[in-house]
Amino acid sequence: MPAPQCATCHKARAALRRPRSGRALCGACFCAAFEAEVLHTVVAGRLLPSGAVVAVGASGGKDSTVLAHVLQVLAPRLGISLRLVAVDEGIGGYRDAALAAVRRQAARWELPLTVVAYADLFGGWTMDAVARSTAGSGRSRACCTFCGVLRRRALEEGARLVGATHIVTGHNADDMAETVLMNFLRGDAARLARGGGLGSPGEGGALPRCRPLQLASQKEVVLYAHFRRLDYFSEECVYAPEAFRGHARHLLKLLEAARPSAVLDLVHSAERLALAPAARPPAPGACSRCGALASRALCQACALLDGLNRGRPRLAIGKGRRGLDEAGPPRDGEPERAPAPDAVPAF
Amino acid sequence: MCQVGEDYAEPASEEPPPRQPGREQKCVKCKEGLPVVVIRAGDAFCRDCFKAFYIHKFRAVLGKNRLIFPGEKVLLAWSGGPSSSSMVWQVLEGLSRESAKRLRFVPGIVCIDEGAACGLSPEARAKALAEMKLILQTVGFPWHVVALEEVFDLPPSVLRCFAQEPVGTEGAYKAAVDSFLQQQHVLGAEGAGDSPSLAQGEEQLSWPCTQDPQNPQSPDRPPTAAQTEALSRLFDSVKTLTAKEELLQALRTHLILHVARTHGYSKVMTGDSCTRLAIKLMTSLALGRGAFLAWDTGFSDERHGDVVVVRPMREHTLKEVAFYNHLFAVPSVFTPALDTKAPEKASIHRLMEAFMLRLQDQFPSTVSTVYRTSEKLVKAPRDGCAAGPPGPRCLLCMCALDIDTAAPLYLQTVPRLLGLRLPCICPRRSPPPHRPLHPAVLQGWGGCRAAVGGPGPARALLSQGGPPSPRHRAAVLRLPCEHEGLALPGPPAALHLGRGPAPQPEGLHRAADPGVPG
Repeated sequence: MPAPQCATCHKARAALRRPRSGRALCGACFCAAFEAEVLHTVVAGRLLPSGAVVAVGASGGKDSTVLAHVLQVLAPRLGISLRLVAVDEGIGGYRDAALAAVRRQAARWELPLTVVAYADLFGGWTMDAVARSTAGSGRSRACCTFCGVLRRRALEEGARLVGATHIVTGHNADDMAETVLMNFLRGDAARLARGGGLGSPGEGGALPRCRPLQLASQKEVVLYAHFRRLDYFSEECVYAPEAFRGHARHLLKLLEAARPSAVLDLVHSAERLALAPAARPPAPGACSRCGALASRALCQACALLDGLNRGRPRLAIGKGRRGLDEAGPPRDGEPERAPAPDAVPAF
Repeated sequence: MCQVGEDYAEPASEEPPPRQPGREQKCVKCKEGLPVVVIRAGDAFCRDCFKAFYIHKFRAVLGKNRLIFPGEKVLLAWSGGPSSSSMVWQVLEGLSRESAKRLRFVPGIVCIDEGAACGLSPEARAKALAEMKLILQTVGFPWHVVALEEVFDLPPSVLRCFAQEPVGTEGAYKAAVDSFLQQQHVLGAEGAGDSPSLAQGEEQLSWPCTQDPQNPQSPDRPPTAAQTEALSRLFDSVKTLTAKEELLQALRTHLILHVARTHGYSKVMTGDSCTRLAIKLMTSLALGRGAFLAWDTGFSDERHGDVVVVRPMREHTLKEVAFYNHLFAVPSVFTPALDTKAPEKASIHRLMEAFMLRLQDQFPSTVSTVYRTSEKLVKAPRDGCAAGPPGPRCLLCMCALDIDTAAPLYLQTVPRLLGLRLPCICPRRSPPPHRPLHPAVLQGWGGCRAAVGGPGPARALLSQGGPPSPRHRAAVLRLPCEHEGLALPGPPAALHLGRGPAPQPEGLHRAADPGVPG
């Protein structure tokens, strides 16, 4: 049976059915619809005002590639200019190939690219070194904890280097749903209270960040990249198999198969969670060492690095962060340095 | 457990250093008895200490929350399953203790016969009913067995949210307890026994209430075949197991509340255990009920106004319940449920249950972590707009709506469930003038998020004024179903829910208001 007609233009043959609505669309109409939706998200949420210099966190993966492409298409309409910022965590065998992809993209789109490396920013601590330091004694290496915090710090640094006013990342709806599941399973009330919404407005001097792709499903991101023939890097991080997020991801796939609207339902739920005031994170101040946004005396990045440098990498992970040079009773959880949900960006 | 603030647990294969079996290991509490069960991680209890621990938890949950006033009539919702049986047994034992520590409320039991919804044959239903009646007679509380078919006879007043009774303050509770004790004292001195509250020292067999199985206001009859047929048609018309389970829960809740109201009970106790509540919490998240988690899984649930649902078993894990029932011979009845023998991927509920139990295997603190997070949830809208006038409420779960509704919806399915007769309304032509509906039913109908569901292929655009327009952001109402939606039972041409016109691309519709995605 031949494929149905495209439901929008009625001319071409449909090439796909959109995952959520089931409408049959041809490639061009689908891409147009996708771009229209992202535009609407940005405009309705007033995420990127006209004249903004936007730093796109580019990792070479499908999400950031699609994000950069769509923003480039929309840039004239929104009146923004783009800069690519790539972070080199120093994961051998993975990040080098990804960075090569980013460089190709930057050349193709003619966008300025800045690469910031952990090794330069954090005193020689690459992720491989961190993994070596935290390995052993039957415990997990908690790589994602370090990488996520440090990457956000690195992105902020890179954005300031290029003079950006906003940071965008390529988190999609599936990422947000996984984050909600993960935070609930881990009992991370602080992040649950902080999460939801379309990004953070930038408190205390931190640059405002947003996620324009937040309402797009992962399948659509992949399809868009396919139809626009975008070149991206699609391998998994070397440390991904040990991450707890894998459980949440697996569960999400099952839920989505049983009920396609589960992804957006989770995002909807997360936005409406009402947590007790005691469970919410304290109002952020400034880190005493680096001046970045912090809920305690030290921002999380500085605290983690402190632990690494002292040879006790788990110092800043866990309740209370005992042993650090700060007074205060032990508290639950580890409020993140910046008020952004701790999703491992699926770049 | 990969819990915030803790390290990853040791891999499952690594056991704590194996202790010598047998004589060397003692109960961690009394240090004397031989342990019979391990609770949490490595706490071995002997039989008596376990019993004391279990009972203490039950009493502590009730005492901590101070919601059950002395002399109050409390309806115990018993499904025959292990948790609710355990709860009934605890109440039974609690009432028969010596007077100082005795539980002080007046219990009754309600049991809903859901056989029709689960597709059981009449013989199987009768058999299960007979077993249940045996146990009910042993327990001795006034009991009511109600068939789910009676939900068709519910009056529309169940949908009205009654004014909420003000929550008693600390002082009020204490005063109530003191006056009750005084009253008992006086009664004991006089030797009279006709106070409405508990008779002094008497066992529960002297209850004055009738033991009639049915609602005394309706004639004593089993549900008619036509009603059973209507109920099974209703459930058959729901395509997915997820939706069926949600529908069953909604109907069951309404029926229990109706029984409670009719017989003057002000509280309902359900036997949800810690494990079940953790699973329910995650399931509700996945269904989009994030705004209502505190009501769905908290200790008390007052959204129905006059009757408060209370969950005293919420700190007992399923393992503890199972062991207690086994060790102390608590009777229970197994009846097949909707999802018995369903494959794991059949519904969100099954998926979540399997996932949580598997994760619990690997990380033993999963359930307690989720439970502790649920304790941090409060019953308020997130941005604190509770101060305004209460908005419209969901028809099915009676929670305040968490989506924008541009116009009130005129539901088709639920009034039919409730026995009201409405002409069917086709969304594509203007509706025929319909008979006046019950005003309570008309006001502020809407479906909360879970019922509305995300954008899906099936949409029932039920608006009074003709076909929907793109600007008309009527919340689309459908009972949660994924594909073709509900077909109505009944002879008139059923409302056919086809693929409604999606006036805008899905994402735009969703992104139209990022503050309140709907």
